[in-house]
Amino acid sequence: MTGVRAEWPLYEVFVRGKRGLNHVHVGSLHAPDDQMAVRHARDVYTRRNEGVSIWVVRSDAITASSPDEKDPLFAPSGDKVYRHPTFYDIPHDVPHM
Amino acid sequence: MTIHTHQPGEHESAYDGLLVNDAHWAFGTDFEDPLAGVDTTVPDGIDAAELASYCLALGDDALVLSHRLSEWCSRAPDLEEDIALANIALDLLGQARLLLARAAAADPSVVPTLPEGSPVPPEDALAFFRDDRAFRNVPLVELPNGDFAETVCRVLVFATHRLALFERLAAHPDAVLSAVAAKGVKELTYHRDFAGRWFVVLAGGTEESRRRLEAGLARVWAHRHELGVDAEADGVLAHVLATAGVAEPDVRPVVTDGGHTEHLGRMLAEMQSVARAHPRGLW
Repeated sequence: MTGVRAEWPLYEVFVRGKRGLNHVHVGSLHAPDDQMAVRHARDVYTRRNEGVSIWVVRSDAITASSPDEKDPLFAPSGDKVYRHPTFYDIPHDVPHM
Repeated sequence: MTIHTHQPGEHESAYDGLLVNDAHWAFGTDFEDPLAGVDTTVPDGIDAAELASYCLALGDDALVLSHRLSEWCSRAPDLEEDIALANIALDLLGQARLLLARAAAADPSVVPTLPEGSPVPPEDALAFFRDDRAFRNVPLVELPNGDFAETVCRVLVFATHRLALFERLAAHPDAVLSAVAAKGVKELTYHRDFAGRWFVVLAGGTEESRRRLEAGLARVWAHRHELGVDAEADGVLAHVLATAGVAEPDVRPVVTDGGHTEHLGRMLAEMQSVARAHPRGLW
């Protein structure tokens, strides 16, 4: 059994719902290759009519921020409420706001 | 001053954003009568007994293979494959329910007689209160599962033949059978795809996976004649075998005397035991 990987690689799964605009991360799974990962995602994550589109990506292809960087990355935005567009008086005749 | 804040619990589940108005889908399904509200009148020019007999055969194939596939639950090589096989089993169980219900509606005389006042619906009476001799399924689907490779081979051959057949049955003059077939085409397309991909993967895997695949294919191939002659299915299977670089097995067809093997009786004994122990039970 030389040359055989002991375990299939891990994939992250993103599903877009019927009325969803974007793909949402729903979980992860193992698969032998990219195409089988799509099939597995269909079987594991869309059994209850959740999805119309699936993305899969090898987990090791994702570059993530480190928890150690949490403060330098995210703390500076914590006190800048003026970045939310909530300081405007919205006229009554502007719909969908 | 208003600041947009994240509501607690707003995104507790990744599925919240996906289900939207379909959130009820998994919970509110009516299991009472799969043909509720459907006009089951047999059209003019069709023999009701023949139609019932045909639907029983197709329904029994699906029911028996569904049960065999469900035996993989918790035993598949991988969690993902476990769910995949269970999904296929459930698709086939859905086909079986519709086809047995159609058979019972077309010709009520096919349904076993149960004690007066029994709440068992006709589809369940057909599934759980017939003996093995009354089942019309092909022996191919009642054989024990074997290993994963053999299961892949059986699903491949079965789904390929059934898909070719259902594509034609979608134009059947009986509107109910036609609708059941049209629904089944989508399911079987996936089953064939699942098995075909695994067939190619196992053929190109290790020496051991290829050895098991070829052995499983030989056992399945000996029963392929039971599914009938079908040029379209032949073409698809030849294509899958060629893609995988696997030669067509040189095996003599196995002919089963009496219609069934010993395996069906044992399988039914387990499958039917609970329903038969409680003939007045409500599920």
